Amino acid sequence: MPILEFTILVLSGSLAAGFLGSLTGLGGGVVIVPLLTLGLHVDIRYAIGASLVSVIATSSGAAAAYVREGYTNIRIGMFLEIATTLGAIAGAMLAARAPTGAIAMLFGAALLFSAWMNLRPRVESLEPAQSDRIAAWLRLKGSCPSAGPEGPRQGYGVQRVPAGFALMGLAGVLSGLLGIGSGAMKVLAMDQVMRLPFKVSTTTSNFMIGVTAAASAGVYLSRGYVDPGLTMPVMLGILAGSMLGAKVLVRARVRVLRWVFSAIIVALAVEMIAGALGGRL
Amino acid sequence: MTFEESASSDRRLEAAVGGILRFGVIAAAAVVALGGAVYLVRHGAQAAALGRFRGEPEDFRTLPGIVRSASALSGRGIIQLGLLLLIATPVARVAFAAVGFALERDRLYAAVALVVLSFLLYGLAGA
Repeated sequence: MPILEFTILVLSGSLAAGFLGSLTGLGGGVVIVPLLTLGLHVDIRYAIGASLVSVIATSSGAAAAYVREGYTNIRIGMFLEIATTLGAIAGAMLAARAPTGAIAMLFGAALLFSAWMNLRPRVESLEPAQSDRIAAWLRLKGSCPSAGPEGPRQGYGVQRVPAGFALMGLAGVLSGLLGIGSGAMKVLAMDQVMRLPFKVSTTTSNFMIGVTAAASAGVYLSRGYVDPGLTMPVMLGILAGSMLGAKVLVRARVRVLRWVFSAIIVALAVEMIAGALGGRL
Repeated sequence: MTFEESASSDRRLEAAVGGILRFGVIAAAAVVALGGAVYLVRHGAQAAALGRFRGEPEDFRTLPGIVRSASALSGRGIIQLGLLLLIATPVARVAFAAVGFALERDRLYAAVALVVLSFLLYGLAGA
């Protein structure tokens, strides 16, 4: 296939992935690696390199918008980034040693996890948590708008910091190993384990994704995993798609779309695992 | 510093940081698009070959190599320069936060930001 045609294909696929990813909150990165490897037979190492770099673009672009709304907790984000960046570097070093079949298999599992996280019913606790001792010492508590971005601000505390920190380290390893943002696991750590309000968890997770990915991107770049000809359309497509998605998000009805996109992700996960077992990836 | 004061200065810091992120991403995307145009004009008709992993040549994976190939106006070199700019954006965000916390005399979080920054620089050096 000529490079021009290949580039146009990758650009349109990434545009669609970024658009759907930002509408549904699943992120575009998770589908781009299966699309490239299964659809266009790109080696999984190049696909992961391109995806990882693109994750930085979408995270930084979206974080800029969320930060203005005042939901992001910069202290919690910065503190947990110690765990995610360390994990990400370890993950990227592991990626150089792990066989591609094992990476593809793990990728399939991560896809299933993010689809499940996205579809499970969300139980928002009514009472804001009290900070425990470690959280109080770290001054992690914050406040966020309680009813819409213009509403009065409500304070919240933070719990189980060590468990959240450990889970964040694991999220970092997965991010560095698979070239994804691993937003689903970051949200799990903050929302379920540390008992933060959901909107604070998602926006702070988004804020952290770019820093986490930047930690392993250098490793990928210097190992020669980041192909400029491939990463260019992936990064530009996902970035444009997710910016478009964020604009439409306000008036779109995402419930059906979320189910459809999750179904696509499950199908891709099965294909990835089958490809790994069949020795094709 | 009371909790309310610290929360409002946190928000000012966050707004400034948001500006850095947006600028970095837009600048990086512009450089990548420029390099992409040069690359496609020169190589668009060749066959794409990414099916087997060979790893990038030194020109596209080390800082001196990327700077050299970008200043020779290689399309792929310019793309990689844009990607470096993109990777540097969150790093700048953390460095900026470290300075912000230090100015607020928040020693604990200035130290936290410096630890994150050192991990990032270690990763950027190729680990």
